[in-house]
Amino acid sequence: MFHIFCPYCQEYREEEEFHPSGQAHLVRPADPASVSDEEWGDYLFFRDNPRGIHHEMWVHRLGCRKFFNITRDTATYEILETYRMGEQPSITAANAEVRREQGVQTADGGWQTVGAQPENSRLNEETPS
Amino acid sequence: MTQSNRLNQGGRIDRSRRLSFTFNGQQYVGFAGDTLASALLANGVDVVNRSFKYSRPRGIAAAGPEEPNAIVQLGASEAAQVPNVRATQQALYDGLVARGTNGWPSVQRDVMSWVGKLGGSFMPPGFYYKTFMAPASMWMTYEKFIRKGAGLGRAPTEADPDIYDHLNQHCDVLVIGAGPAGLAAALSAARAGARVILCDEQEEMGGSLLDSRESIDGAPASAWAEQVVAELAGLANVTLLPRTTANGYHDHNFVTLHERRTEHLADTAAGAGREGEVRARLHRVRAGRVVLASGSHERPLVYANNDVPGNLVAGAISVYIRRYGVVPGQRLVISTNNDHAYRAALDWQEAGREVVAVVDSRAKPDGDLVEQARDAGIRVITGSAVMEATGSQRVSGAKVVAIDTERFVVTGKVETLECDTIASSGGYSPVVHLASHTGKRPQWRDDLLGFVPGEVKGMHFAGGVHGVYALGETLTDGADVGAEAARAAGFEEAAAMAVPEVEVRHESPTSALYQIPHEKPPLRAPKQFVDLQNDVTAAAVELATREGFESIEHVKRYTALGFGTDQGKLGNINGMAIAARCLNRSIPEVGTTVFRPNYTPVSFGAIVGRHCRDLFDPERYTALHQWHVEHGAEFEDVGQWKRPWYFPRRVNGKRETMHEAVARECLAVRRGVGILDASTLGKIDIQGPDAREFLGRVYTNKWAKLAPGRVRYGLMCKDDGMLMDDGTTSCLAENHFLMTTTTGGAAGVLEWLELWHQTEWPELQVYFNSVTDHWATMTVTGPDARKLMSEVTDIDLDREQFKFMDWKEGKVAGVPARVFRISFTGELAFEINVQANYAMHVWKALFAHGEKYDLTPYGTETMHVLRAEKGLIIVGQDTDGSVTPEDLGMHWAVGYDKPFSWIGQRALTRPDTAREDRKQLVGLKPKDPKVVLEEGAQIVLDPEQKIPMTMMGHVTSSYYSPVLESGFALAVLKGGRNRMGETVYLPMSDGTVHQAEVVSTVFIDPKGERQNV
Ligand SMILES: [Zn+2]
Repeated sequence: MFHIFCPYCQEYREEEEFHPSGQAHLVRPADPASVSDEEWGDYLFFRDNPRGIHHEMWVHRLGCRKFFNITRDTATYEILETYRMGEQPSITAANAEVRREQGVQTADGGWQTVGAQPENSRLNEETPS
Repeated sequence: MTQSNRLNQGGRIDRSRRLSFTFNGQQYVGFAGDTLASALLANGVDVVNRSFKYSRPRGIAAAGPEEPNAIVQLGASEAAQVPNVRATQQALYDGLVARGTNGWPSVQRDVMSWVGKLGGSFMPPGFYYKTFMAPASMWMTYEKFIRKGAGLGRAPTEADPDIYDHLNQHCDVLVIGAGPAGLAAALSAARAGARVILCDEQEEMGGSLLDSRESIDGAPASAWAEQVVAELAGLANVTLLPRTTANGYHDHNFVTLHERRTEHLADTAAGAGREGEVRARLHRVRAGRVVLASGSHERPLVYANNDVPGNLVAGAISVYIRRYGVVPGQRLVISTNNDHAYRAALDWQEAGREVVAVVDSRAKPDGDLVEQARDAGIRVITGSAVMEATGSQRVSGAKVVAIDTERFVVTGKVETLECDTIASSGGYSPVVHLASHTGKRPQWRDDLLGFVPGEVKGMHFAGGVHGVYALGETLTDGADVGAEAARAAGFEEAAAMAVPEVEVRHESPTSALYQIPHEKPPLRAPKQFVDLQNDVTAAAVELATREGFESIEHVKRYTALGFGTDQGKLGNINGMAIAARCLNRSIPEVGTTVFRPNYTPVSFGAIVGRHCRDLFDPERYTALHQWHVEHGAEFEDVGQWKRPWYFPRRVNGKRETMHEAVARECLAVRRGVGILDASTLGKIDIQGPDAREFLGRVYTNKWAKLAPGRVRYGLMCKDDGMLMDDGTTSCLAENHFLMTTTTGGAAGVLEWLELWHQTEWPELQVYFNSVTDHWATMTVTGPDARKLMSEVTDIDLDREQFKFMDWKEGKVAGVPARVFRISFTGELAFEINVQANYAMHVWKALFAHGEKYDLTPYGTETMHVLRAEKGLIIVGQDTDGSVTPEDLGMHWAVGYDKPFSWIGQRALTRPDTAREDRKQLVGLKPKDPKVVLEEGAQIVLDPEQKIPMTMMGHVTSSYYSPVLESGFALAVLKGGRNRMGETVYLPMSDGTVHQAEVVSTVFIDPKGERQNV
């Protein structure tokens, strides 16, 4: 069972309070009428399924009711960071190795980098995968 | 019965407290401090079970959780039955009743032994695999047969009288295992100030220290254990959990511990004089750091007839002698590849019994223990092993022979030693289970001849679990690791406790030995068991490799190796070693072994805790629930809600059937006035300057012009264009709306609104709150509704002042209310919303005034009939996630020209959603009015068509209408709107075929005049 740091409540809470809500950073086309059926289908139905770093949206359903994002390793189930809606992940598949070497993970007893803020703007220019 | 194998002194038992118990119907006596296993051995009980497949007699083989044979069914009464209890882990109590799990009805003369005789050919390796490949009907036959014969334990048939619970725990350092490493680790961490939980599965903490021959600081090792446990018990930051098994290690250091709180005292808490206390508890521990100090299990050697009662692992001998004062035999032969097994020989001899020989596979063992044995006059046979045990109900001898382990052959002449006990030791397997529960694979270490845990984040290893075996080193390791864990948990000053002095012993290295070669080829030698619980032999493993199974994972599934309740704790490594030998590979090349929770079987009680009976799932009641109960309502579950289903009356002394009650309720609404408790409808309060804009984006229809005081019905789609919920939303004020949702959809819709607001349109200023429980809702409906309402409210009910789809604020029965003119029945209707705590007052006032109108309460069944007669849908019943508003004929509720691309709009412009032959909502009128079609029945156009017929749609709602005096239905039908008047067919499973006419979905009052009066 995951131990998740809610970036709004600023506390670790048990997974039972949360609910996963699918892949994070999906962008709804600004003008849906202008995209092709295929593009609309991609937006609606096609999701990443990586082994490794994955950005996913969760909701603190039995807490503050806020949606937020998690960077999670789908192979180890390690949660690398949690961050608020509208923020970009600091750890991505592209930079994960570097970040690991920097010993990026965690304050506070050990599990998650929390409220990740863009330390390095270059990292945030990359499209999260 | 006498305790023939009990020593007069020694052990950690209390000889002054005699406990009587029953095993397989026979009475015995043991002592306080015994386990069921030690008491059985004390009483000379050799056979405790029959084996699973071959029905061979089996005795106790080990002294801990790894025990494969002594699996018992526990419980004096039917209600207290517990299956799959290991006799080695069950504390003895007065009045304990147990049975061997297998070997029904008697382990001594097993009537099912013919299964075993048959077993050789009946259940070859791969039996399950091959059976599953056979026709399924055969499996049904086998399965019944096997279960009965094998007796896999049984659940009680009566309700459990005990209670169980769960406890959420937090700590800085959780130490699993209270042997030398765990005790040292716990003390180091605790002295540093960390909050420590120390758990241990045994009755008494101390682990191997309790049967050790060694001394610590000049005193017996067990004395040191007692002293440390006493110190820990005195520390406020330490929680000691004896009799508690860490059964599962889960993500992020979440560990489940099962504590047995009264199970060691009696078969029920009440029986132990502790009525009302918790029998077993699940601790859900979120640990900062975990120290795994689970030690190791000794591996037996694999030799012929190694399953005959009297064959034990060597370490168990020492445990029984030193902890329980029990010597399980007279004449002992030991077969070993290491020094540790010599402890058993020394303990046995000191207990006054005869050690016939220690047979050591090594050429020149010279460790301290070996020399000690030689000095004690014990015969040591080197370069040899026990090749075969003789005897059937009990060991009668050991065939000893020189072996060449490299070439896997015997090299000398066989000597038969007379004995009744054979103890074997093939080295130690670290108990890596918990470290692999989250998927980390254990790593093979050649120097240890065992698997050690892979790296697990947040977990530290101490002692035997990572191959540190010598006592002194174990204590040092534990002390260091405990301090390290405390530092990692934030106690930066943590230092290792000072380690007491332990004499260092010289040891000769262990040799790699698993299976003993036999003079006959492996497939022809007497059975050499690898997995005793599942009756898997070395020959079976070899056969599996010959049949092409090369990965140990496949071999295991093919042979069922390790698939018993013991998860192959004793047999897995030996099985891998044999597969490796047959495949000419190394053990790590054959694979590794991964375990899953739980480490030992757990009772359902402990898993379920308090989440059973009344607390299984919360029940939600409306504010009017008590009235419904008092008026004889039958209830229906709608999600967690209990809703009145119908209100049967007594007519002429007879209670109405549901059909009669519903017919009466329907007619009351259509002809007089009825009332429904609609409080369970989801209600969401929506406020903010952008509330109106937001509604326009989440609903398919338009909201820009809805004025305060007006109500509108709305459809909500997902972005794929499929309907997800519906309901009315009222404009309370310019920036304030009240949305209603379906009863079941309330929580989901609120989260849906939050999702879109928070993730797509955070710039909109709008706020949502559930007010479902705050307001009670009562629907007063029928031609007399206005007359009744006029007696209880100050609201002007004039039809020009208070129009259909208006809402008004005022007083009803003297309390503040919102009244909505919306109708889910097609009749004149007023939905009264009052604060929930006024609901009963208002409801009763309505009945006081309603008596003269024969105000009739109705339930959900009548509600369904009335709405279906009007063609009003229920989302989730008439829709299924593949239905668009257009499919429902609700084009009028879709605002294609709204400026913002609302949720679902884009998808509704796809060619697929415009297809003419999509399933569309229609009405069906059975040709025979007495027929009520089955909901879910498939619709075909040609009943003569060969199966598979072309299915055109299905019935979604179907009832009997007392007004129409006929059955009627709603259905989805391909191209349905173009089939009005056509006849369709509904073939039923019993061969009958119903005919129905496709009609409009509105069966009553098509112009909607009745609700608009
Ligand atoms: Zn939160």
